[in-house]
Amino acid sequence: MKARNFRYVRPASLQEAYRMLAEAGGEAVPIAGGQSLLAGLNMRLSSPKVLVDIGNLAELTGQSYADGMVRLGALTRHRDLLSSAIVRAHLPLLAEAAPHIGHIAIRNRGTIGGSLAYADPAAELPACAVALGATLVLGSAKGERQVKAEDFFKGLFETDLRAGELIVEVKFPEVPTGTSTGFAELSRRHGDFALVGVAALAILRAGDIESARIVYFGCVDRARVAVSVSAALSGVAVPLEDASPYAAAIRNDVKPDDTPGLRADTKLHMATVLTRRVLNSMVE
Amino acid sequence: MGDVELIGDEEVEVVATLNGKPLKRRAKARQHLADFLRQELELTGTHLGCEHGICGACTVLIDGRTARGCLTLTAQISGKSVETIEGLSDNGRLAELQQEFIARNAAQCGFCSSGMLLTAYELVQGGEKLSRSEIREHISGNMCRCTGYHAIVDAIEAVLAKGLR
Repeated sequence: MKARNFRYVRPASLQEAYRMLAEAGGEAVPIAGGQSLLAGLNMRLSSPKVLVDIGNLAELTGQSYADGMVRLGALTRHRDLLSSAIVRAHLPLLAEAAPHIGHIAIRNRGTIGGSLAYADPAAELPACAVALGATLVLGSAKGERQVKAEDFFKGLFETDLRAGELIVEVKFPEVPTGTSTGFAELSRRHGDFALVGVAALAILRAGDIESARIVYFGCVDRARVAVSVSAALSGVAVPLEDASPYAAAIRNDVKPDDTPGLRADTKLHMATVLTRRVLNSMVE
Repeated sequence: MGDVELIGDEEVEVVATLNGKPLKRRAKARQHLADFLRQELELTGTHLGCEHGICGACTVLIDGRTARGCLTLTAQISGKSVETIEGLSDNGRLAELQQEFIARNAAQCGFCSSGMLLTAYELVQGGEKLSRSEIREHISGNMCRCTGYHAIVDAIEAVLAKGLR
């Protein structure tokens, strides 16, 4: 199908983008890589009146590391997560997740800001941002504000972004020494949307999990910390032999729906198995 | 802008480089690049399948990297360099891939071939030694319903082997 008609504007600076977004009220949507947005427009799932192309704004690019904080500009493309030395050194979770985001042509265009703003519950980066305790810097004509990733995702494709606002950059605290990260995803084909995925942080000491922070995607409505599973894992010996330490807890965090071809209890089972696999992969 | 009322197709001016030549055209704001290439410029080598980013038939190169023609607005290519199968067919590496595709019957109905070739082109440009499973992963975003992919992987492998000699 073809997209509905819209106006396309290309601001020359971030300030101009803010002004254009403000003037159009709630009718404008920023476009960066467009890898989710354009599929939605082609299928007429959405029909904004104005697209503000922020894809060439230098203010939204770049990656840096200083004082224990990694900053990724909103236009950081998925392929950059694989090639960036800063990401590899300080945020290996993102480098591990990136190959699972779509296919190469999608990773060449799609951006971290776009993925977070779209808030697809099956997307990798929202889950990683929550697991890593990231903070999003949001900008508009009214100025900037910062929102923690765990407060940003409000529901299915729903975020804290207000009309006229866009994501400027994402700040990730460096993963402390002694904390391991892990990532795993099940999909029907590599590069397809996740059926079930797990992003995990854990402090492992002397064969025990001291503390864990688990975030699911694909089988939940939004990226958020799986508090029950995370708490249940504390003090548990690794490698895990079975799922018994968290099998009851996971029912509080993962409440999937039946979808065509996949029953809710299958998804729950897959999430349960994947949790153990991820944690055991982190023991080394 | 205030209250936005749209009557008729919005248009934008596009200034870019297409297959090495300057391009300056007015394009419909809502028209994606694959439709623009096919309908406005009659460059029908870029095919159009699913139109939502799944099949890879509309693959083009933007600034040397593969992109979905259906997930790129024509307006977005302003200031960029776009290459399509038409522009690359005389280029050494792509011609070599085409020869290997023909030799191994890696192009049957041909629907996926232009996208598949451009994706393979990006891969062989990297010049790395790659396993068959790495080649398979790289082309995983391009669907082929004829070959079962084996012949395509063979062809890419053959070109990679030549480059590494």
